[in-house]
Amino acid sequence: MKMLGSDAILRALEHEGVDVAFGIPGGAILPTYDAMARGTTVRHVLARHEQGAGHMAEGYARASGRVGVAIATSGPGATNLVTAIADAWMDSTPLVCITGQVRSNLIGTDAFQEIDATGITMPIVKHSWLVQDAAELVPALKAAFHVARTGRQGPVLVDVAKDVQEAELDFEWPDEVDLPGWRPPRRVHSRQVREAALAILEAERPIVYAGGGVLNGDACAELKELVDSARLPAVVTLMGKGCLPDSHPLNYGPPGMHGSKYANWALNKADLVIAVGTRFDDRVTGKLSAFAPGAKVIHFDIDAAEVGKIRTAEIPVVGPLKLALAELVSELHAARDGAAPKHEPWLRQVEEWRQSFPYRYTKVDGVLKPQTAIEALRDLAATIDGDVVWTTGVGQHQMWAMQYLVCDQPRSFITSGGLGTMGYGVPAAVGAKAARPDATVVCVDGDGCFQMTCQELATAALERLPIVTVVINNGWLGMVRQWQELFYAERFAQTHLTKQVPDYAQLAEAYGCAGFTVENEDELEGALAAAFDAGRSAVVDVRCDPEEKCFPMVPSGAASVDVIEAPDEEPART
Amino acid sequence: MSTHTISVRLENKPGALARVSQLFSRRGYNIQSLAVGPTERADISRLTLRVDCSEHSLEQIEKQMHKLVNVLRVTELRPDESLERELALITVTVSPERRAELVSLSQLTGARVADIGRDAVTFEVVGRPDQVEAFEELVKPYGVRELVRTGRIGLRRPSAAKGRQQSATVSV
Repeated sequence: MKMLGSDAILRALEHEGVDVAFGIPGGAILPTYDAMARGTTVRHVLARHEQGAGHMAEGYARASGRVGVAIATSGPGATNLVTAIADAWMDSTPLVCITGQVRSNLIGTDAFQEIDATGITMPIVKHSWLVQDAAELVPALKAAFHVARTGRQGPVLVDVAKDVQEAELDFEWPDEVDLPGWRPPRRVHSRQVREAALAILEAERPIVYAGGGVLNGDACAELKELVDSARLPAVVTLMGKGCLPDSHPLNYGPPGMHGSKYANWALNKADLVIAVGTRFDDRVTGKLSAFAPGAKVIHFDIDAAEVGKIRTAEIPVVGPLKLALAELVSELHAARDGAAPKHEPWLRQVEEWRQSFPYRYTKVDGVLKPQTAIEALRDLAATIDGDVVWTTGVGQHQMWAMQYLVCDQPRSFITSGGLGTMGYGVPAAVGAKAARPDATVVCVDGDGCFQMTCQELATAALERLPIVTVVINNGWLGMVRQWQELFYAERFAQTHLTKQVPDYAQLAEAYGCAGFTVENEDELEGALAAAFDAGRSAVVDVRCDPEEKCFPMVPSGAASVDVIEAPDEEPART
Repeated sequence: MSTHTISVRLENKPGALARVSQLFSRRGYNIQSLAVGPTERADISRLTLRVDCSEHSLEQIEKQMHKLVNVLRVTELRPDESLERELALITVTVSPERRAELVSLSQLTGARVADIGRDAVTFEVVGRPDQVEAFEELVKPYGVRELVRTGRIGLRRPSAAKGRQQSATVSV
């Protein structure tokens, strides 16, 4: 069928089942927005900044499991997307970014708003296409979705010259993609799975170490089956939160820099680490040479390059996790033959650690602790009918959210892990709400983070995508302040933001959202409840203790077994 | 650390070479030499890379390269199983009086005279990398004015035992 390139872009999105795309128009992408005016089933959510559009597409992808789509113009539109693309790259979030490019006869001339978008993003995309020939447009879009969602998921970029959008082409949706070099694994080696099963049966102190790959690989049910049937204790990383219910008795929560002492001890004192869809990030391992020193490692991952990258895996299993874990469960069942697992004493030990070293903080009369606010949120969420989806920014509030929120469903905790992108929370929440309109979407944010992307409150308000944002407002770049206090002799250089400027409740009102201010603990419950019931987007400014630090903590470069449990164990200040 | 030769079959598409070289700089691997050219198929190029790295890094490089959409195949060329050749052009400063001596010396090594000027001679040397280096050493005392090497290219020997190729190739 004959049509313009711009119309073909929308038909391609429709063929891929895209129901929502996020973006901002501009010169070089104008023909495609003009095609939107001609009609499409794709809902376009108009962001206020391309970074916001990118994070919305990420939030959409993480909340739904589908590929997120962000659209921007050339030049600054494309560069503003870069942070979101990098974020999606680090956290393996499937994203198709479509950018306009200057006309093909102007490419390379430093034309107005010309930037080498494919060049700039090359290290942070799985692949990219610069389309200068109308005949290549539709196959490129088909391939883009295929690459984004297969294998280890991640972002791709399709940069489309303006004249290609304006050119007439013959639209035919291809049945297949022609990518001879893209062959992600589809099976697992049965022999490796059998070896893994035998190692698990022999282990005295086994532990599952599960990450975001379990969510991406749609392997949550299989993981739970493994944990239940083999009675394996599990730790779950920040990115994996929700892949195994937080309230599951064998889920010991997050290990790592701000994970619990019991999770770190369980992981470090194990004799067998069963890593599933996780990449031994330095924030989890701490000092690598001291990480789980007595353990043999089984590493399940879809990406062969992750296996053995940081820690040698005695038993590597490369392939789709859903398949691998299902095979492992049946292998274990066959191999065990009814015998009781050997590791009952270990299970008792790990549980004893959990009882001895719970997350804790000290309440002080008249002082509103940030953890209290998060606990109140957790308790309020437990009373909500239907799904609650959390998003966060990056910093102390994020770590407290990780520690205290209870996520029993997959895709209910959406955060920026690898890149640590401040400002992720609000736009990600907008995207999550667009993906799952029936869910209650709550962004737990910091005051520093909130100010980086709060313009997207306008998007939330006008696009009728109501979200609740709870600003854990301590008036500081809190995590940086914590490091300054602990490691830079309390020289608080350039971290004070103040709690009063801006007035977040007034700012919320200015954006057409409901605004609430909480100064003390008594007001907390009421304000949160009112925000949840506002019937529109709401912001709760929770002004809390700026001196509260996030513990437990593994100081950078320390062994994670040497986790500092609480402030009273702080190292001597220098 | 040791030096490895990696052979890559690559789709002949815009940006494909940039993606490979970007990956090396991004991951902190140093390329000693890189040669790229057409193959028996017009739509496929072959890259021969020389890299200084540990065995662990080599494995990482191969796996990371396999993830590039344009990369079709990555193989390590082990010295005992492969042919490696290089071309060098070397301009040597030489006075007319010593020119004959230099040219006859070069003939012993298999180098060819590519051009002769008033006070200099350009040689072309094709051979194993060690032969090229040996010639370079030989003419150094005369004074090397300019030198260019293609970087080595290589192919697996058809006579090499089967089976080892599999172990040298990352399967995905």
